[in-house]
Formats: sequence, structure tokens, C-alpha cells
Amino acid sequence: MEVIKKAFYRSIPVMAGYIVLGIGFGILLHNAGYGVIWAAAMSVFIYAGSMQYVGIGLLTGGASIITTVITTIMVNARHLFYSISMIDKYKRSGKYKPYLIFALTDETYSLLCDDEDHSEETINRYRFFVSLFNQCYWVIGSVAGCLLGTVIPFSTKGIEFSMTALFIASFTEQWINSKNHIPALTGLGCTLLCLIIFGSDRFMIPSMLLITLILTLIRGREEKAS
Amino acid sequence: MTTAMIIAAMAGTTMALRFLPFLVFGKDTPKYISYLGKVLPQAIIALLVVYCLKDVSIMSHPFGIPELIAGVSVVIMQAWKRNAVISILLGTVIYMFIIRIM
Repeated sequence: MEVIKKAFYRSIPVMAGYIVLGIGFGILLHNAGYGVIWAAAMSVFIYAGSMQYVGIGLLTGGASIITTVITTIMVNARHLFYSISMIDKYKRSGKYKPYLIFALTDETYSLLCDDEDHSEETINRYRFFVSLFNQCYWVIGSVAGCLLGTVIPFSTKGIEFSMTALFIASFTEQWINSKNHIPALTGLGCTLLCLIIFGSDRFMIPSMLLITLILTLIRGREEKAS
Repeated sequence: MTTAMIIAAMAGTTMALRFLPFLVFGKDTPKYISYLGKVLPQAIIALLVVYCLKDVSIMSHPFGIPELIAGVSVVIMQAWKRNAVISILLGTVIYMFIIRIM
């Protein structure tokens, strides 16, 4: 029970963002002519925010399976990176492991990638519930949006900043907790550089490749440092 | 039917991306992959911060000022109280307030 409470508290920053962005997704899907079953199916089985927004276009355009697969790889390639950095952490997750891997979104990743503040026996349940709470918010939001079908009466403009704030808070926390800032600065520098060179629509994959390249080149030095 | 197939393709591909590194490197993790696992989180969080702010224009109104003020508030609050819930709540409220008055 204590673990579930802790997991719930940790998931609170994601709640508002996922519910509101989920509602946004549900409304768009509704307006594209798809019912609540499809909203629920997408949020339960795909569970990747930006991909589901892109997916509405694929559905209405009647995209081929090949186009769908390629688009999904382009939009979601970053998930390879989340998984790579969780391999050691999730090694002893037992029965929770498949769901932990399945539910590794941007936000869940940022909540769990540096959370070591738990004992060996509770950490798996804790990670499971953080992941599960987050997906519940997303499913609830998308189903609600699809049922409502129109914009909620009060203005939630700007609430999407809670996601940005979540990443900024994680960045700050990791910065404080580590003596070595080279990986953080590498990530920041490479991404900014690629954003300038490739533009905001196409910088993600080049950024990830450049980050991997630089981190690989400085490996010898970094491992000596730690 | 097509709808279900497109959704299945998206779900399957996304799952494949998430599971692939575990299937390939999960049993005997090469030292290189363990190294990446240690250094990547910090780099990826930096990437995600930039990703969220990618469409902010500093050349046109409101010049990225709401993002700057709210973002700095999150950093200060997080460094001071070390409580993500409070930092994120404060930053979001400040942001929502500034975009309404600018």
C-alpha cells in the first residue's frame, strides 16, 4: 500500500498533462469519425502520445501498412534509446518486466530513469504502479475526449507546459545528482545543433545518432572518470 | 478492418522498438551497452527538453519569454526544494498565467 501511494505521488506531475493531451487526442479522433472503442484501443495498445496524434492522419488517409510502419519507426525511434538505458535497471523485474517495457513513454522514462530511492523488493512494484497510473491517465483522457467530442468549456491553454516542466525538473535533478555533466551537455549541445541544421521536423533522429556517436567517442575517458 | 490493421501496425511497431533492445542485449549485456545505459539518460532528458521547446520562436511575439520565465522557475524550485510535483505545478501555473497576460 505504501508503495502504491509513493508511486501515485510520483505520477502526479504526469496526471494533468496526460489527461489534457489525452482529451485533445480523443477530440481529434472523434472529429475524424472514430468512436470511443478506437480511442481506447489506441491508448491501450499503442500508448505513445505523439504517435497517436500522427496516427489519426494515417487512419483518415487510409495509409498502407508499410507507410504506417515506416512512419511509426520515424516518430518512435527514440524508444530504442529509452529501452537501451533501462536494460540494466529492469534486469531483475520478473513478472513486471513485459509491462514495464511496454509502458515506457517519454514521461514514464523521465520519472523512472533515475529513481533508485527504493529497496530491491519494492522497486519493481513501485515502477509497475508508476507506469500503470500514467497509462490510466492517458486512457481516461482519450476516452473522455472522444466521448465529449468538443473542446472543454474552460481554457486549458498552456497546460501542456507541464510536460516540458517535467523534463526540465528531471534534467535539474539529474544535474544536481551527478558530478559529471558531460553526458547532459552532450545531449543538450547535439540536440540544439541538429535542431538548427535539420529544422524542427527532422532533428530527432540525427540528434540521437550524434549523441550516440559523441558518447561512444568519449567512452574511454568517461569510464575512467566514473 | 483497415482501421484495426493500421492500429495494429502502429502498436506492433511501437512495441517492437520498445522490446528490441531488451531482446537483443537483455541476457548478456555488452559492456558498451551498459555504458550507454549509464550515460544516455542525462543526454536523452536534455534532448526531450529541447524537443518540447522546438517550436518556440524567439524572433516573434512572445519571444519565448513565457517558456524562459516558467522554465527558470522550475529549475530554481527543483534546485531549492527537490520536489518535482511542486516544481512542475509552479512552472505550469506561471506559464499559463504569462501567456494570458502577454
